[in-house]
Amino acid sequence: MSPCARRRLAVGFGLETTAAWFLGLLWVLPLAYALWTAVHPSAYAAHFVPTAPLTMLNFENAWNAAPFARYFLNTFLLVGMILAAQLVLCTLAAYAFARFAFRGREIAFMLVLVQLMIMPDVLIVENYRTMSQLGILDSILAIGLPYMASAFGIFLLRQTFKQVPRELDEAARVEGAGPLTILWRVYVPLAKPVYVAFALVSVSYHWNNFLWPLIVTNSVTTRPLTVGLQVFASTDQGVDWSIITAATLMTSAPLMVAFLLFQRQFVQSFMRAGIR
Amino acid sequence: MTRTSIHGWLLLLPAAILLVAFTHYPAVATVIHSFFSTARGAREAQFIGLDNYRDMIDDPIFWQALRNNAVFCLFTIPTSIALALLMAIWVNGKIAGRGFLRLAFFTPTILPMIAVANIWLFFYTPGYGLIDQIGGLFGLGEHNWLGSRDTVLGCLIVVTVWKEAGFFMIFYLAALQQISPVLGEAAAIEGAGRWYFFRRITFPLLMPTTLFVLVNAVINSFRLIDHIVAMTKGGPDNASALLLFYIYQVGFRFWDTGYAAALTVVLLAILALSALVQFLFLEKRVHYQ
Repeated sequence: MSPCARRRLAVGFGLETTAAWFLGLLWVLPLAYALWTAVHPSAYAAHFVPTAPLTMLNFENAWNAAPFARYFLNTFLLVGMILAAQLVLCTLAAYAFARFAFRGREIAFMLVLVQLMIMPDVLIVENYRTMSQLGILDSILAIGLPYMASAFGIFLLRQTFKQVPRELDEAARVEGAGPLTILWRVYVPLAKPVYVAFALVSVSYHWNNFLWPLIVTNSVTTRPLTVGLQVFASTDQGVDWSIITAATLMTSAPLMVAFLLFQRQFVQSFMRAGIR
Repeated sequence: MTRTSIHGWLLLLPAAILLVAFTHYPAVATVIHSFFSTARGAREAQFIGLDNYRDMIDDPIFWQALRNNAVFCLFTIPTSIALALLMAIWVNGKIAGRGFLRLAFFTPTILPMIAVANIWLFFYTPGYGLIDQIGGLFGLGEHNWLGSRDTVLGCLIVVTVWKEAGFFMIFYLAALQQISPVLGEAAAIEGAGRWYFFRRITFPLLMPTTLFVLVNAVINSFRLIDHIVAMTKGGPDNASALLLFYIYQVGFRFWDTGYAAALTVVLLAILALSALVQFLFLEKRVHYQ
């Protein structure tokens, strides 16, 4: 390469690095701003001086202004319940699709995939009617039920189970193991990374879910964090942005901390979940 | 039926019951209920044929919501996909501060949309928010970003792009790592420029990912309305109402479930259509390795 071309390449690369950093900073800006507002007294909410005193008071005030402890508990219960049910239901269904030749399997599988397009998120009117007929409106169970049979989970696990060598399966059968024992002893352990990936995606999805919980819940004992935050932010707080941003950061904090700690796993999980 | 057949169905049964109850049944019931009036008090729901649909055609808010949704798709989808691709190429290469950039781009994905909406709500606050403060430095006056018909949808588009680009970046990143480095070396020996390499090699190879991301982006733009509930409530004057938000409003603010069902049918039709386009049309034009 001629020196001239090399210099041009270096300049181009420098420009690109600058552009990437500009975009990166732009992407961080909203969060940095929220963080600034949350840890400073409200007088400095939109007033950037390096000497502004730090405070944790906003978090304290937010925590005391609404039953956030209860909301946290509700979200934990909700996310845990959905994940547990999904793991069991999707494992069983995926096993059926991967290893059992039953009549109507192809059609059944197509019907499962329908949920990838038509998610419970858009069927709010009818699902509300169903919950009301079941008499379980305003319960954590009602928030979770529509999501427990996850087409995405079934699909992901089916792909994984199909890659398990048949020989392992047959060896276990020769030793007299039944289908469920084989599933538990052979398939589930081999699919561990996929379970981790699915769990991370599921937890972050349901921790963040908002519209359906907003519709079915109506009381402090059932509301998840997202709905609690919205109720808190929209009832007139005299628009104290410091407290609202503190509450906002607080509700996202566990997921953020988990993300920072397990960054690599998170990114890889999302990648794994995306490759089909 | 053979024994494996029975086992298969038994394993499938628990998931199948829930899937039918909360996905297939409601989808079918939506269509049926769209032909009925809404039960009010002692008056039961009556079969009214296509009346709900007739009302819909005459409903300017429905058309407005549909138009808003189209504009929303048209701007969020290409922008977030292009940015996602750019981000992925950057953080896949040997750029300085790669770890920070990856983190910066991906973080919005982890945050709840409702939290994101609150943060941006503060951003857009007239006079006081960061956008107006920066504008003030350049001598621009106060602007009610979310309160003006002209800017409100644009503001929501920016929030959505910010939230989604990093999510899509992950899929591109995964795909980029599957591309053999030999291709890049060969191109370098042949003296191909970076842009040429991207246009002729990388981009075609990424086509399946682009399709996957595209479908996800379309679904998301019809599914995700959390930020509208938190930031604008569809206002001002329905200028930021998307289709699902209007369904939510009709179904749970005005409690007109019959009409909400008819509106949902339109939404389901759009989603089904995008699925069909994916299977019939796009799959053929996609290059697979």
